[in-house]
Amino acid sequence: MENSRGKNIGITIFIVLLLTPIYWLLNMSFKTNQEILGGLTLWPENFTLHNYEVIFTDPSWYNGYINSMIYVSMNVVITLLVALPAAYAFSRYKFLGDKHLFFWLLSNRMAPPAVFLLPFFQLYSSIGLFDTHIAVALAHCLFNVPLAVWILEGFMSGVPREYDEMAYIDGYSFPKFFVKIFLPMIRSGIGVTAFFAFMFSWVELLLARTLTSVDAQPIAAIMTRTVGASGIDWGVLAAAGSLTIIPGLLVIWFVRNHVAKGFALGRV
Amino acid sequence: MDKIPNNRAWWLVLPVFILVAFSALVPLMTVVNYSVQDIFGPGQAYFVGTEWFREVLTNERLQESLIRQFVFSGAVLLIQIPLGIAVALMMPKTGIKASLCLILLAIPLLIPWNVVGTIWQIFGRGDIGLFGWGLNELGFDYNYTGDTGDAWFTVLLMDVWHWTPLVALLCYSGLRAIPEAFYQAAEIDRASKWAVFRYIQLPRLKNVLIIAVLLRFMDSFMIYTEPFVLTGGGPGSSTTFLSQTLTTMAIGQFDLGRAAAFSLIYFLIVLLVSWLFFTAITHADKKQ
Repeated sequence: MENSRGKNIGITIFIVLLLTPIYWLLNMSFKTNQEILGGLTLWPENFTLHNYEVIFTDPSWYNGYINSMIYVSMNVVITLLVALPAAYAFSRYKFLGDKHLFFWLLSNRMAPPAVFLLPFFQLYSSIGLFDTHIAVALAHCLFNVPLAVWILEGFMSGVPREYDEMAYIDGYSFPKFFVKIFLPMIRSGIGVTAFFAFMFSWVELLLARTLTSVDAQPIAAIMTRTVGASGIDWGVLAAAGSLTIIPGLLVIWFVRNHVAKGFALGRV
Repeated sequence: MDKIPNNRAWWLVLPVFILVAFSALVPLMTVVNYSVQDIFGPGQAYFVGTEWFREVLTNERLQESLIRQFVFSGAVLLIQIPLGIAVALMMPKTGIKASLCLILLAIPLLIPWNVVGTIWQIFGRGDIGLFGWGLNELGFDYNYTGDTGDAWFTVLLMDVWHWTPLVALLCYSGLRAIPEAFYQAAEIDRASKWAVFRYIQLPRLKNVLIIAVLLRFMDSFMIYTEPFVLTGGGPGSSTTFLSQTLTTMAIGQFDLGRAAAFSLIYFLIVLLVSWLFFTAITHADKKQ
C-alpha cells in the first residue's frame, strides 16, 4: 500500500508539472494586457473575455480555425480510405516488393518536411492547388498515410485469417466482407488511426503555412499576426493558443478507451 | 501467421503508392535536380555537378548544426525514454483514474507545435512567465533569449514536456499487455521490485521501446517549429537545428542548389538511422 501511494504522488506531481504551462496560457488568456504586463498574478484579477471576443468576432481570426478543421478532416478521410486496403494487403498477402514498399512508405514518415518545402510549393502552384485546403490535406498524407498503414497493419494482423476464409465460404464478396465483417472487427484500430492522422495533421505547421496564403490559411499561421507594431498582443495570442487545444481534447475523449492500445500501434 | 503469395494485392496498395509517390517522388526529383545546378533565377540555371555536395560537406555552419542536432537528439532520447518508462510504471492500472491520466498526459501531444513554442516563450519569460519569474526569484540568473545554456535548457525542457507523454503512453500500453500471471509467479518466487522490472517488465517493453526510440529520434531530428518560435535559433545560432538551417538557406537566402544538396544528405542520414531501427523492429517481430 505504501508503494502505491508513492506512485500516486509521483504521477500526480508529473501531471501537475505537465499542466502548469498550459494553465499559465489559459490564465493569461483571461487577463487584460495591462494586467499581463503590469506584474505577475497567479490568476486573472480582472477577469475578462475580451481576448476571446476579438477572435470570435473577426472572420480573419476564426476562419483560421475553420480552415484548419477542413484540411485536417479531409486528410483523415483520405488517409483512411487509401490506407485501409493497403494495410489489408500488407497484413494478408506476400507480393512482389512488399518489404521494400513498406520501408519506402515508412521512410516518407521520416522525411524532414523542411526538405520538401520548396518543391511542394512549386508542385502545388504548378497544378493550381496552391492556397487550397486539399493541397494541405494531400501534403500531410506524406507522413500520415505511412503511419496509418503501419498502425492498421498491426491491428489487422491480429485478426485470424479464418474469418476471411469463413466469409468466402458463406458467399461474401470481398468488398462486402471487408466493409461488413472485417472493418467492424478492427473498429478500435480505425479509431486510433484516425486519432493519429488528426493529431499529426493538426499540429503540423511548416507545410500548412507554406502551401497557403489567404483562403486556406491555418490558425497556426494567423497567430503570428498578434505581433503588431505596438508589440505583441499577449492576451489575444494566449486566447488563440488556448483555443487550439480544444479540438484535440474532444478527439482524445472519443478514443480514450483505445488510446493505450493504439499508442503501441497495435504491436504489443 | 503465414501470408499467401498473391501479386494481385498490388491493386490494394496502388492508391497508397500513387498518393505517396505524388507527394514524395516528384518533390524528391525536384530536389535532386536543384542539387546539381546553380540557379540565379527563372531560366538561368547552370549545371554544376557535385560541386554543391562537396561544398556542403565542408561547410562549417552545416557541420555545426549537424553536431548540434545529434547532441540534441541524443539528449532527448537519454532523458525522455527513462522518464517515460518511470511515468508509465507510476500510472494507475485501471478505472477512471487511468483514463484521466491518459487524457491529461496526451494533452501536450495535441497542441500545435507553434503553440507549444508560444506556451514556453510566455512561460519562460522573466517578466510575464511563471517559470522564468520563479527561477529569477529563486536567485538564478535565467534568461533564455540571452544565454546559450539557458536557451538549450529551455528548448530541451520544452521537448521533454512535449514528448515524454508519448513515450509514457507507449510504455503504458506495453505494460498493460503483460499477463497478470507473470506478476503472480514473481510474487511466489518473492522476486524483488527491481527483478520484476528487469526480468519481466523491461523485456516485454522491448517492442514498444523500439517504436518509441524510432519515433522520438525521427521527430527530434526534424524539429523545427518549436525552437524557431521559442528562441528563433538564438542566441546567435546556438539553438539552430538542421531543419532551420536548411529552411533559412532555401527560402531566406534562396540558395537552392546548396539547400537541395544539403536536403539530400539530411534525408540520407535519417534514412540510414531509420533503416537500422526498422531492421531491429522486423527482427523483433519475427522472433515472437
